[in-house]
Amino acid sequence: MTDKPRIGLYVCHCGINISATVDVDAVAKYAQNLPNVHVARTYSYMCSEPGQALIKKDIREQGLNRVIVASCSPRMHEKTFRKAVQEEGLNPYFLEIANIREQCSWVHEDMTEGTAKAKKLVASAVAKVRLLEPLESTEVDAEPAALIIGAGIAGIQAALDIADAGFKVYLVEKSPSIGGRMAQLDKTFPTLDCSACILTPKMVDCASHPNIELLTYAKVEEVDGFVGNFTIKVRKKARYVDVDKCTGCGECAKACRLANRITSEFDEGMGKRSAIYMPFPQAVPAKYTIDPENCLMLTRGKCGKGPKCEEACQAGAINFEQQDEIVEFKVGAIIVATGFDTFDASRKPEYGYSNYPNVITGMEMERLVSSSGPTGGDIKVFNGEEEIVPKEIAFIKCVGSRDASVGNEYCSRVCCMYTAKQAHLLREKIPDAKIRVYYIDVRAFGKGYEEFYDRVRRENVRYIRGNPSEIFKRGKKLVVKVEDTLTATPLEDEVDMVVLAVGLEPRADMREVMDLLRLSQSGDKFFMEAHPKLRPVDTATDGVFLAGCCQGPKDIPDTVAQAKGAAASAMVPLASGKVTINAQVATVNEATCRGCGYCVSVCPYSAIELVTVNRFGHELEVARVNEALCKGCGSCSSVCLSDSIQPKSFRDRQILPQIAALGGTR
Amino acid sequence: MSEDFEPNIVAFLCNWCSYAGADLAGTSRIHYPANIKVIRVMCSGRVNPLYVMNALQQGADGVLVSGCHPGDCHYMEGNYYARRRLGIFKDLLEFVGVDPRRFHMSWVSASEGHKWKEVVEKTVEDVRAAGPFEGFRRRQIDW
Repeated sequence: MTDKPRIGLYVCHCGINISATVDVDAVAKYAQNLPNVHVARTYSYMCSEPGQALIKKDIREQGLNRVIVASCSPRMHEKTFRKAVQEEGLNPYFLEIANIREQCSWVHEDMTEGTAKAKKLVASAVAKVRLLEPLESTEVDAEPAALIIGAGIAGIQAALDIADAGFKVYLVEKSPSIGGRMAQLDKTFPTLDCSACILTPKMVDCASHPNIELLTYAKVEEVDGFVGNFTIKVRKKARYVDVDKCTGCGECAKACRLANRITSEFDEGMGKRSAIYMPFPQAVPAKYTIDPENCLMLTRGKCGKGPKCEEACQAGAINFEQQDEIVEFKVGAIIVATGFDTFDASRKPEYGYSNYPNVITGMEMERLVSSSGPTGGDIKVFNGEEEIVPKEIAFIKCVGSRDASVGNEYCSRVCCMYTAKQAHLLREKIPDAKIRVYYIDVRAFGKGYEEFYDRVRRENVRYIRGNPSEIFKRGKKLVVKVEDTLTATPLEDEVDMVVLAVGLEPRADMREVMDLLRLSQSGDKFFMEAHPKLRPVDTATDGVFLAGCCQGPKDIPDTVAQAKGAAASAMVPLASGKVTINAQVATVNEATCRGCGYCVSVCPYSAIELVTVNRFGHELEVARVNEALCKGCGSCSSVCLSDSIQPKSFRDRQILPQIAALGGTR
Repeated sequence: MSEDFEPNIVAFLCNWCSYAGADLAGTSRIHYPANIKVIRVMCSGRVNPLYVMNALQQGADGVLVSGCHPGDCHYMEGNYYARRRLGIFKDLLEFVGVDPRRFHMSWVSASEGHKWKEVVEKTVEDVRAAGPFEGFRRRQIDW
């Protein structure tokens, strides 16, 4: 290879995606006259096999040593073309992409403007590619273990898959038991499988799996490092119960002075628990936990003449002196499966959720209808005066979904079907009930969903198209004020109970996870995937993957599928045992570095240190970069007084020519 | 200043947020003026004030720097450095007689295609109002 750049430039038509607004032939013709451009061609789809073959052939036959592809965003196909040029023996970093699709043809309408801009972008790429340097990627070992944050069905499924493949899994869950939202559900649509019956075996598998370490009632506090080599710090909160001694017998909870006086989170506030509790009977681990916010001993330092739980515990497991424990370990990949919050129905005051006890949410309905729920599965509600078995029931859909007034424009994807399921369950329990469902649209898109919806309608559940404007009280009844928009009839339907099909929202505390892992949010505020179509489980942070509703609302089958996808992706570095370190790291010209240390102070990764070197008998300090820690952001370079520290591929002498090419004559 | 003056604007976008946001604007076919030409850098913290200076010297009428929202930097704090450094630099530009409308900074996340359009439109409008930039003598550099 000669040192003199011989550039091959390829302008992609992308069907008509680019060529409709950019005259690709004119761009290629223009590029032909740019310095060092040896060949400039156009092709319909550069990313296709023949498109890549075109580049390879030219490298071979024309002795090209630099390649520019003017096509879609480098975020799309930079890797594809790097691989292609590498296969022909060229250094993969001798490639530059000119983004003439996402940032040119797709955003401009005028052919003249589009073509002129594309020419500039191509000239800028030519200016840069001439000055690029060959880079060598280095490989380091990957830790054959994974961290999974959140142990709902997504985290559980991913943990089981990775553990079954033979890798160590740390499954971290903030609440005392794994199981998540699915454990709260009664039946699952459309098969009416009992939720607990299909979930609990998986929970037990997690607990007994030799490769899975459960860290329940715990929180990830620190994440350091990079793909393949993350160091994790987890805080295991004090349960005030020695889990090695606790047998889960439950005598403590029965004895507790606050028994049946504390609102149960698991029962969505409808049931009661003790200050020492197990969230639900099938909890994993089947161990008790003392709630430090309510326990008399922990809040006041005194519990009658002595804590009753301690007295009742035959195993001697109660320990009020227990402290939080910090656990540290290393993993190669991380899966985020932190789930969702349900929409807070009090944000739609017109539905009276805060005022009327017989207006409940879908999640509360799950607990009410469940045989393990607060009423043992009997449908009973308090209408403000007395407890009744509701005979007229209204379901309102899209509460907190598809509603710009509360900031949620998205569809929550589960409410249509859980409403249909709950209507069916109510029909079974109260055969003579009058059940009405008020909807905007019915979205029964999944396998078996339309059939199930059809079945429920035939079970004499009335679907009324209309978005209720108000719910108010009239005598003992609640009135649903709505317009049936199919018949243009204003209605005031009197009912005994209203179920609000609340939507799914991002976790209120997701910010903590975002900061921990450098994740971003998409427009709907859920975690953002690396690409909405092609990298749906990846994130912008290498080695961090998403599963389940933390990425967007999903039903159980989609959650499980995504969890399996995330598990497979996370296992790529674990199975290969190697990860490639970013080659575009900062480098120091020690001959000009003065050792001022400004770069050291701004580096967010502590990747730079000052070292003493001996120069002609003089000891002096210069900056040195730890390439394994450097992420290539280039902040160091902006503070360097002598331009000595530079990120490779984004050096001053590579960017300044780009600026000159974009400035130039107007 | 002539009505049909089309300003030439060089933009420096961080790879993770603003560049991705600009890509999203493309994928969503959100149209905006073609005056903006983008140089991708890994982080807004990489943008040396001299780049802004250099762009103005090399024939740009305006410069835009856009990064992740404060607090959301992919590299944790690069955009904070950019905000400080370029904020001061903007004052300096004004001090030496450069119309401050020529230099813009913004925060555009990877999901804000619409915001990117608004930022571009505002920048183009401001630079157009400021007129062609002839303040610095251009030096032609052969790289």
